[in-house]
Amino acid sequence: MAGLGSLTAWERMGLVKAKGRPNIEDYIGLIFTDFMELHGDRYYGDDAAIKGGIAWFYGQPVTVISQVKGKNLEENKKSNFAMPHPEGYRKALRLAKQAEKFHRPVITLIDTPGAFCGIQAEERGQGEAIARNLYEFMRLKTPVVSVVLGEGGSGGALALAVCDRLGVLENAVYSVISPRGCANILWKDPSREQEAANLMKITAQDLLQLEICEEVIEEAPGGAHNNMELTAENIEKFIKNSFATLCNLPIDIMLATRYDKFRKIGDFIESDQQ
Amino acid sequence: MLDDLFKTVKARLGTENREPQSRVQIPSGFMLKCPRCQKVIFQDDFEGTEKVCPHCGYHARLTCEERLELIVDAGSFNEMDGEMESLDPISFPGYPEKIDALKKKTGLREAIVTGTCTLHGESCIIGVMDSRFMMASMGSVVGEKITRAFERATEQSLPVILFTASGGARMQEGIVSLMQMAKTSGAVARHSDAGNLYITVLTDPTTGGVTASFAMLGDIILAEPKALIGFAGRRVIEDTIRQRLPDEFQSAEFLLEHGFVDSIVERKNLKPVLSNLLKLHKVSERGM
Repeated sequence: MAGLGSLTAWERMGLVKAKGRPNIEDYIGLIFTDFMELHGDRYYGDDAAIKGGIAWFYGQPVTVISQVKGKNLEENKKSNFAMPHPEGYRKALRLAKQAEKFHRPVITLIDTPGAFCGIQAEERGQGEAIARNLYEFMRLKTPVVSVVLGEGGSGGALALAVCDRLGVLENAVYSVISPRGCANILWKDPSREQEAANLMKITAQDLLQLEICEEVIEEAPGGAHNNMELTAENIEKFIKNSFATLCNLPIDIMLATRYDKFRKIGDFIESDQQ
Repeated sequence: MLDDLFKTVKARLGTENREPQSRVQIPSGFMLKCPRCQKVIFQDDFEGTEKVCPHCGYHARLTCEERLELIVDAGSFNEMDGEMESLDPISFPGYPEKIDALKKKTGLREAIVTGTCTLHGESCIIGVMDSRFMMASMGSVVGEKITRAFERATEQSLPVILFTASGGARMQEGIVSLMQMAKTSGAVARHSDAGNLYITVLTDPTTGGVTASFAMLGDIILAEPKALIGFAGRRVIEDTIRQRLPDEFQSAEFLLEHGFVDSIVERKNLKPVLSNLLKLHKVSERGM
């Protein structure tokens, strides 16, 4: 089958939003062994939009955290279409701190349209929850490897994606705002979302070029849904290779490198250079 | 600034088309209308109260120059990185033109001014966001200036005070602007780990990616009365839940009630409160 190298950002978005797109539930058993889910943030509740727990990965205990996209309405109602509330991010942070304590690496799998926008999310401090995760993951003394599986929606995705190495599946997207939101602001016309998607530089290839991610992870020919075992193998390889680099680094070097990875992102001039 | 946010009652009184002597009676900008309570305010009263509506207490948005004048000791401000300007990381249509037009209109180069200063004699690094410049959205320059401010403060063991105001991450810089949230939060973390004080003052409006990064990370978080503070835009939430939100939703008072702000401080008290906080933390540093 022909590759998907020529697909537009909009076409890729169609692929990752399609019903048959593999989600965390598909991958977890293929990539990890004996995953045990751990619930709750210890402050408010358990957010089903984020799943976290401990598992084995090549003989090593790891902490796994992911947003949960459902495959049908019933599943999506339960997981709020993978749009977490603050307690979801606080659960993720609790599990990350637990991983730090027991010296196991953290793997986060990103798949969300964004953090939930609602009254209760504001009341419980959605902004604070995301900010706290950025702050704490930046100084977390254990390796963090992240993979964008499908949609990486803005701050709601970034809250789980402050990491040492970021991989992005071939057709996945990662953006600051939804194309619909962008079209609405730019042209006051949300129906022009396709046009917006194609100019926002949101594809895996764009992210590699902009040095936001370290690697584009190949999907099965025609898309991850065509062979999720093969796609899972590729994700597994990326995580394994990342660990091979990270696990031998002294913690202070790893943290300095993580800081610099984000530190260098930005595009500006200072007038004397003009 | 005033023209942008406080419509003069000039048009309603029809002074535009009257003969010159009417203009003398009601000069341009003599009276204003508060955008919150809609009541008429005399310009002199308004300026005299540091741009606070005498009827409803609304704290109007200040320019960065006005804010610095109000807060820092006269002549003590030394700007850092004032030459920095945005490029166009994702070649976004119309972005360079928009930046150029705003530079001409506002006289600013970007949406934040940072520098060293003293406050009743206490040294600190200060940053003030200015909503006139693309709603003070955070792109590369805002992210870099804040990061450098924290890095310098860490090196010199200085406290940081940030006056936040922002529409959030700057869409026109795409994913690069989103990453500024992580970058600034990392710089805050290093500053904090070294035992330094960071105070945020949330002003109208503080939203989106700025709320979800450095604005919510202060050791002490203050807010001006009635400032709009939130993560998601009000309209986005109203569209989701399909009903109108109450007026006090996402106000400074709402955040205080829900435990996300330490104290709401009126503008006229900000300088003494801030300098006192600086002094309190200097003492504890020396102590024991």
